[in-house]
Amino acid sequence: MSKRVGMEVSIAAAEVVGMTNVDVIAAYPITPQTHIVEHLSELVADGQLDAEFVPVESEHSAMSTCVGSSAAGARTFTSTSSQGYALMSEICYIAAALRLPIVMAVANRAISGPINIWNDHADMMMSRDTGWVQTVAENGQEVIDLLLHAFRVAEDHRVLLPTIVNLDGFTLSHMIEPMFLPEQAEVDRYLPPYVPKLRLDPAKPITMGPVGMPDVYTEARKAQDEALKASKPVILEAWKEFADQFGRQYHPVETYQTEGAEHLLLTMGSISETAMTAVDAMRAAGKKVGLARIRLWRPFPADELLAAVRGAKTLSVIDRAPAFSGGCGPVCCEVKSMLFDGGCSPYVWNYLAGLGGRDVTVEDFADMVAKTSACADRGEPMGYEFLNARE
Amino acid sequence: MPKEVGSFSWKELELGCALLEPGSAGQLKTGDWRSMRPVTDLEKCVKCARCYVFCPDMVYSQNEEGFYIQNYYYCKGCGICATECPADAITMVEEGD
Repeated sequence: MSKRVGMEVSIAAAEVVGMTNVDVIAAYPITPQTHIVEHLSELVADGQLDAEFVPVESEHSAMSTCVGSSAAGARTFTSTSSQGYALMSEICYIAAALRLPIVMAVANRAISGPINIWNDHADMMMSRDTGWVQTVAENGQEVIDLLLHAFRVAEDHRVLLPTIVNLDGFTLSHMIEPMFLPEQAEVDRYLPPYVPKLRLDPAKPITMGPVGMPDVYTEARKAQDEALKASKPVILEAWKEFADQFGRQYHPVETYQTEGAEHLLLTMGSISETAMTAVDAMRAAGKKVGLARIRLWRPFPADELLAAVRGAKTLSVIDRAPAFSGGCGPVCCEVKSMLFDGGCSPYVWNYLAGLGGRDVTVEDFADMVAKTSACADRGEPMGYEFLNARE
Repeated sequence: MPKEVGSFSWKELELGCALLEPGSAGQLKTGDWRSMRPVTDLEKCVKCARCYVFCPDMVYSQNEEGFYIQNYYYCKGCGICATECPADAITMVEEGD
């Protein structure tokens, strides 16, 4: 039976990673990810976790070490944030191209400058196209559940792709929350031992990462795209089995009060819980407002999202990172592309909100819905704005 | 000759483009984008093997008579052999001529 605990989310994440029988952890500390790897290093140093903890000198080395250990057939974990994620991103692309099932927790944080250690999704968007499977957590329970799911999906021979669990820095990473922490036997039942498909072995030498000339690079990239798309049924299957075992069911797109909703908010991450409170208040006031939340960021769940938003008159898309001069934020760009392809044309207004740790309140969500609705009624051109930016 | 890389479907690539056969670099056709090719005048060749030594690829090998002969499968046309040849026996010739 899972044990109900009150625990800092980062510590719980480390405890759960410890239960996965992880072999190698290579990491460099960076705010706000620090407590995750700090606690893992304690578990190893105290002899509670039989794993190799490699305290590297940079995030570039962290991911390089992860690539090496995963290629050797070891279950491998790391964690990072923001500037560290930027530094390791070169190797993140390679981990995905080599199809190495590394699992990483990213405590999402703004990208400098100005220097800012607080939460937004600039780091997640910066590494959008590294080719990793990416999920997004909304609370502490989801962080630990999605971490177990990440190992299960990444190492499945139908997937074999590195996988990221995104959790909002501070807002989740540093909160003490009530959570059901699984027992070791439950983790063992959900997560089978890692069996590598290919690995570096002196007795049976292979080459990983050879040069891809112009005559094969296109095929290699297509194979990677197909692999990421093909991971989706496995992701769904692993969530179904998680629900069967633990009683918590996850979906690529989560909906809240979307039934009959004319105005929808679209969010990702912990901000969604505030949005739900706002939806409750607006529903109580008789407004037909609902919420769709993206849980699976990669592979992008276009079908599920289209189904969730079809029929809505307006869509208020919240982005937590800018795409400077791009016409809208990175999430909204994908949403608009999906709507266009799906022949669906609600009025879309894009809010760049919660940047660099700025709070987004229940009232803010009500204001966003009201503004989008008013702009739609006035027939104004669609666009984006930095929420509450002082003139 | 093994299947050339350029004829693979994306479905035939190994996981992560791994090469499962050790020592298979010899199959890589490095000589498919050459614009000039080295041609040896055997009348001038003194069999010194400098072309064989300086060639950065695996183009030259000695034949039964002791001459060093090109395998254009690997030759990128860099011209090092022609530059290093002390007997001026190697001439770079335009491809297609």
